[in-house]
Amino acid sequence: MPVRRISNRVLSGFAWIASAGLCLTMLTLIGFLMKRGMTALNAKLFFDNVPWTAAVLGRQPVFDGIWPAVVGSFYLIVLASLIAVPLGMATGITLSEYASPNIRRWISLAVDILAGTPSIIMGLFGFTIILLLRKTLLPQARTCLLLSAVCIALLILPYIIRVTQNSLEAVLPHIRLIGPSCGFTQWQTICYLLLPLSSRGILSGVILGIGRAAEDTAVIMLTGVVAQAGIPQRLWDKFEAIPFHIYCVAAEYQSVRQLDAGFGSALILLAITGILFLAVTFLQRVVVTRYEILS
Amino acid sequence: MTLRREWWIQKGLLAATLTSVAAIFLLLFLLLYFSFPLLFSGDLKQLFSWRWNPFEGHYGILPMMLGTLLLSILSTVMAFPAALGICAFIYTHRNSCLSRLLLLVVHVMTSIPTVIYGFVSVFILVPPMRRIFAAGAGFCLLTAALTLGLLILPTIVLVFHAYLTQAGGSLRAVSESLGLTPMEQFCFVMLPSASRGLVSALILGFCRAVGDAMIPLMLAGNAAQIPASFLDSIRTLSAHVALVLATDSQSMAYQSVFASGLLLFVMIAMVTALAHHLNRNMLSRCR
Repeated sequence: MPVRRISNRVLSGFAWIASAGLCLTMLTLIGFLMKRGMTALNAKLFFDNVPWTAAVLGRQPVFDGIWPAVVGSFYLIVLASLIAVPLGMATGITLSEYASPNIRRWISLAVDILAGTPSIIMGLFGFTIILLLRKTLLPQARTCLLLSAVCIALLILPYIIRVTQNSLEAVLPHIRLIGPSCGFTQWQTICYLLLPLSSRGILSGVILGIGRAAEDTAVIMLTGVVAQAGIPQRLWDKFEAIPFHIYCVAAEYQSVRQLDAGFGSALILLAITGILFLAVTFLQRVVVTRYEILS
Repeated sequence: MTLRREWWIQKGLLAATLTSVAAIFLLLFLLLYFSFPLLFSGDLKQLFSWRWNPFEGHYGILPMMLGTLLLSILSTVMAFPAALGICAFIYTHRNSCLSRLLLLVVHVMTSIPTVIYGFVSVFILVPPMRRIFAAGAGFCLLTAALTLGLLILPTIVLVFHAYLTQAGGSLRAVSESLGLTPMEQFCFVMLPSASRGLVSALILGFCRAVGDAMIPLMLAGNAAQIPASFLDSIRTLSAHVALVLATDSQSMAYQSVFASGLLLFVMIAMVTALAHHLNRNMLSRCR
């Protein structure tokens, strides 16, 4: 059956080409970034000519380095997580443990809509909040760090809600019975039995959300990030962030030094998301032995 | 005492839930509120026209809509065969080191930020495009579509792979006992039986391409025009929102932004609804 053999060969060849092509593309992408970024990474890139102790302690402002962008991104991630993680987990717990099926269906629909919303629309939402505030309560309102954090929190909220709900619902029914049989109240069951058992799943969802918060550019672009702002002192200050810095360099670099700074920031961003990715992989592979007996 | 605490905790959780839900509804409400004046004023006709030139008073957003459609369709069409090939490779080489490595690469791809794909493409992909085609600046529909295709590839591969794994099992055993080679199993048994998965994978990828703002913003050139070829510059709805809000403009331009946002939202909702419909139809046909 030569036709059969030939078609088999052709199809396998195509599969090989597609797979090898993908690997080559990714190798080129990361290799190029490494090669250009490694030579650019040094203390001068971060802090310009300011001594690093003075810059880190905030005694001397850094004007030409990427340190303010690193700090801005850090503030943004921490603020967004502070908003999204408690809200998301509480919503996930309510959906899985307390809500009636009818309410659950409606809230799930809303969460699905939110999850499908592109990030540029989330940014537009932040912008409309400012427009609304200007028209009504605060005529001097402007985009700022807090607004960005709120919008980013809204972006990662559906991930955290979903992952909390799914992990709690995945606990087997006979293990759920342990709680009531020990005389636990509903909250004690959740707090001492269900949450520890599903902590691994929830934690990896939270880390994925943080990764999303670290990389997103479209949202912050419309809600308060600027190219030059220094380190934000208050919540209503403008700020800098790494992903936006990378975008700016790609759009309008003027010197080799700026270009180097762009490659350096890209490498730093890649390292941050890479570490978060490794953490998730680690959490998913390594079994938490303490509770293994129950699951 | 315990009951009292229980009551407070339950109310606290409920309050948090209501806050999240309220945030979601506030988002929808504000978008609608700001695009509502459009629908009931005479400006609608001006917005749905083919010319964008704010300095001369033309605010048409149809070119951006065409740009979004062209770019997302092109990138999905480019990613589709590659995703199919990669899934075939993973299926035919299952349990081998190579397929595990390939899956790892695809997983790693999902963790790479969008802005990095765009950034690297500006330096790796744009100069060759400029040289090979010797037309324009290299920032064009084709460049953006190639990069966007790479961006949505892991989504398509991972969703389809999940469906294939689910469909596997007994089907694989039966087709193996019929003497089919792994590649024939993939083409004639797995592919038809997981076609539903393929459709939803493609739709998810397409939605991601429609919603993405950074890649078109960095790579497509952003000229608000009707492209004559793949090498022409285009502007998408998402990039339009970012561009207009970044530069302070007058009120009519703002209105076009809300119209763009609403259009994006509606497009994604429609595609999702289509996916649900297709899913249901295929289910009933299978029965």
